[in-house]
Amino acid sequence: MSAAHDPALVSPRTGRRWLAVIGLETHVQLKTRTKLFCGCEYRFGAEPNTLTCALCTAQPGALPVLNCEALALAVRAGLALGADIAPLSKFDRKHYFYCDLPKGYQISQYDQPYCKGGGIALASGRFIRLERIHMEEDAGKAIHDRGASTLVDLNRAGVPLIEMVTQADIQTAAEAFEYLTLLKERLQYAGVSDCDMEKGSLRCDVNISVRPAGEGWRTKVEIKNLNSFRFIAAAIEHEAWRQIEAYESEDPAQYPVQETRLYDPERNQTRTMRGKESARDYRYCPDPDLPPVVLDASFLERERSNLSEPADSRRARYREQLGLSPADAAALTSERAASDYFEACLRSGIDARDASSWIRNELLGWVGEPELGLRDFAQLPISPRELSEVLELIRSGRIASNAGRKLLRARALAGPDGPGIAALVAQLGLEQVQDDAQLEEWCRAALIGKEKIIADYRSGKEAALNALLGPVMKQSGGRAAPEKVREILKRLLSG
Amino acid sequence: MTLPGVEATRARIVAGTTSAEANLRECLERIAALNPKLQAFHTVAAQSSLARATELDALLKSGAQPGALHGVPVALKSNLCASGHETNCGSRLLAGWQAPYTARAVERLLDAGAILVGMTHMDEFGFGSSGENSAYATARNPHDPERTAGGSSSGSAVAVASGMVPLALGSDTGGSVRQPAALCGIAGFKPSYGRIPRHGLVAFGSSLDCISPFARSVTDLECAMEVLSGHDALDATSIEEPPLLRIASEGALDGWRIGVPRECFDAGAGSGLDEGVRTALEAALRRFEQLGAQCVEVSLPHLRHAIATYYIIACAEASSNLARFDGVRYGVRHTAGSSLAAMMSATRERGFGAEVKRRVLLGTFVLSAGYHEAWYQRAQRVRARIAQDFEQAFEQCEVLVTPTTPSTAFRLGEKSSDPLAMYLSDVLTVPASLAGIPALSIDCGRTQGLPVGMQILGPARADTRVLRAGRAFERKNA
Ligand SMILES: [Zn+2]
Repeated sequence: MSAAHDPALVSPRTGRRWLAVIGLETHVQLKTRTKLFCGCEYRFGAEPNTLTCALCTAQPGALPVLNCEALALAVRAGLALGADIAPLSKFDRKHYFYCDLPKGYQISQYDQPYCKGGGIALASGRFIRLERIHMEEDAGKAIHDRGASTLVDLNRAGVPLIEMVTQADIQTAAEAFEYLTLLKERLQYAGVSDCDMEKGSLRCDVNISVRPAGEGWRTKVEIKNLNSFRFIAAAIEHEAWRQIEAYESEDPAQYPVQETRLYDPERNQTRTMRGKESARDYRYCPDPDLPPVVLDASFLERERSNLSEPADSRRARYREQLGLSPADAAALTSERAASDYFEACLRSGIDARDASSWIRNELLGWVGEPELGLRDFAQLPISPRELSEVLELIRSGRIASNAGRKLLRARALAGPDGPGIAALVAQLGLEQVQDDAQLEEWCRAALIGKEKIIADYRSGKEAALNALLGPVMKQSGGRAAPEKVREILKRLLSG
Repeated sequence: MTLPGVEATRARIVAGTTSAEANLRECLERIAALNPKLQAFHTVAAQSSLARATELDALLKSGAQPGALHGVPVALKSNLCASGHETNCGSRLLAGWQAPYTARAVERLLDAGAILVGMTHMDEFGFGSSGENSAYATARNPHDPERTAGGSSSGSAVAVASGMVPLALGSDTGGSVRQPAALCGIAGFKPSYGRIPRHGLVAFGSSLDCISPFARSVTDLECAMEVLSGHDALDATSIEEPPLLRIASEGALDGWRIGVPRECFDAGAGSGLDEGVRTALEAALRRFEQLGAQCVEVSLPHLRHAIATYYIIACAEASSNLARFDGVRYGVRHTAGSSLAAMMSATRERGFGAEVKRRVLLGTFVLSAGYHEAWYQRAQRVRARIAQDFEQAFEQCEVLVTPTTPSTAFRLGEKSSDPLAMYLSDVLTVPASLAGIPALSIDCGRTQGLPVGMQILGPARADTRVLRAGRAFERKNA
């Protein structure tokens, strides 16, 4: 193994080689219309307690009914991660008391999750194995910082989640970062989740311990409150060194204990959240309100066929079959919507390189521009057919290529119901002027007072022509067809 | 007393012999006269029910098709949600609580033209067999007010038995409808698990709970079951079958085999069957024979484990189901200090009665790490064996017949200090709950002036068969 891949942390003080043992528990919110067991919608940022019903506020007598859409998305996630879907699984109740947990238990899956195995291959070739994936409902939110009382918002209560638990296969902060990046990409491509950490649709807890190379596993610590992949990597790095230093202190009182720590990104530190505790007893029992989940082969087949090609495979195809550069392939697959758009362009007959360069150099950059108001690529109102129309206009010389850019922006600004390309060309007067008489008039005007340039050209300096081209284009408002202007100028000067 | 039942009430109103309003006024008068002594209702919705009766009368006059329960006054056990009514579950913790929605079964009654008269007393959250665990009042047996009406659906049973209403809903988790029906001398039917959707029934033991009707005849129960039964999308455990339809067959049970489980008549098995009850049952079996049926002895070998199994599973589920009563969102909140945990503890400590705490503790224990396998999981396995016993027994007979209770109504206070004795009196009703099979209790005579209940059991989903056997018996008995 090359030095770059050596996962060991070498203590600067003792020179000892330490290895980190890392496992990640990632919660992802399924992109369903309604919650896991009731018909309530969920929208991030809605007024507190406006997205609730008798069930998600745990009114006595209300019963859960499994949302089939959530089940389908969960299954799709499992398939996208190469996991085995269990033909029979069940829901269990996980009990604990807290004000944001309305029923006094969370409906989760304990000993018979719907999905086992699977995982993600890192670029190094190392495979991070998943132990299991299970479905569960989210809890509500307790708000403590508004005066003396604790407030409870149950909008999130009952939102469908899947929890993916890795084996302790991750060795470094960089691997954790890469795993999460690939996981997010895989789930986004499968249409399972937005995986937006800022909106809470992806959350990740870290389990980490360290051990001297060659020795057995030691006490693991859980880290919570990790709000970005970057912080996760930083927290792992920090926590691993904290544990190493604790062990190297040789003072058993300082050794890591099994506990939950919170990461503080401002100080780049972890600190104790809950002290050493005996394992919590959740008193799991099968939920008698929900019959076991039986998945038949035809359901799995349907979900398998709904699965889109994952990003890594698309990237390889773009490079190998379409001859795009690795950078182009990566940019095009940075978002599933962009990649889907690119493929739709190919289907409408646009050349791969053209499509790639327009998407990468123009369209992708427009996302997030306040003027256009595009929150993500999927909102781009330009259809592949319209892009193809514009490219055709450029190819045929009816518009200049920078007029094409102007045209597409105008189309994007107009929104999904805005005028079509042809109408915009007319509206913006972008069509190139091909009329010889008009062009000649502009050329003649441009020659007035340019005796020096004319003389240069006539003496054989071909490049001098460019100095005349500019004024012609300017006078025409950019609409003069440049090739024709060139011809006319040559004709006039040779005359 | 020959008070009109469900069918007769509707028929008289539809025929114009009386009006829904006039009929309801008679019921309300009866309640006013009897309720102070018998304590069936904690709330009587006189105004809203009269308004509803007037509305139904107007509807009929306008030529609208009357529903299957047009004008029939009904009472609800206080663990059923009905918007605008107090679902206090017999608990201080839910004093005054009104559900923000109506249970599906209640909605079906109302849609069929029934009039909701009021909410009845019950053992707190359904935990009890005598009505004495109510935080409000103990309903009394109309046959002898010094005796128990049974429980936990005590008030609903008393309301029907004393003629206050012809129909009432209770819930039966381990016998909470069949036992009070037997002790009060009326009919109570626990359908197959899932036959009536549980939506809107405050959960006790979710895998056992069945909304179950009381009436004064099997025909009336059938009438109610046609309205109450049928799949509902809001209950994932509800049976995916359309509503039950009565089989319009007459009396005879020619060729039927009536299974008589040895273990239920064997006093040595710990059921402590009263002699009077035994005699009444033996007479009942002879009447079945007169109807053309043949009695065959069958065996339910795991029956002796039923009580232990039932209390483990029911308490485990109850401890989980009652976790939501934490004072955060509804119910009577008690604060203590400023911490959330202290508030939850105080609410539960002061809101729950002794029997609730006992069962929550038992249930918490059997689900705890280290005990889960020895208690809860083993009970689940025994439960499966008991269901299997029934399946095998039904290979030899169409229905099983047993006493509903080992003895007739006991005196109030007699068992209230001995929870184990109280639990043991459920020995004949809990097996059907564990197996999820339909079970009917009907009156089969008197001993020392007190009613004796007979239980008819059928295979899972054979609800109509059980009701038909009960109806045949009733006709013969009449
Ligand atoms: Zn909801």
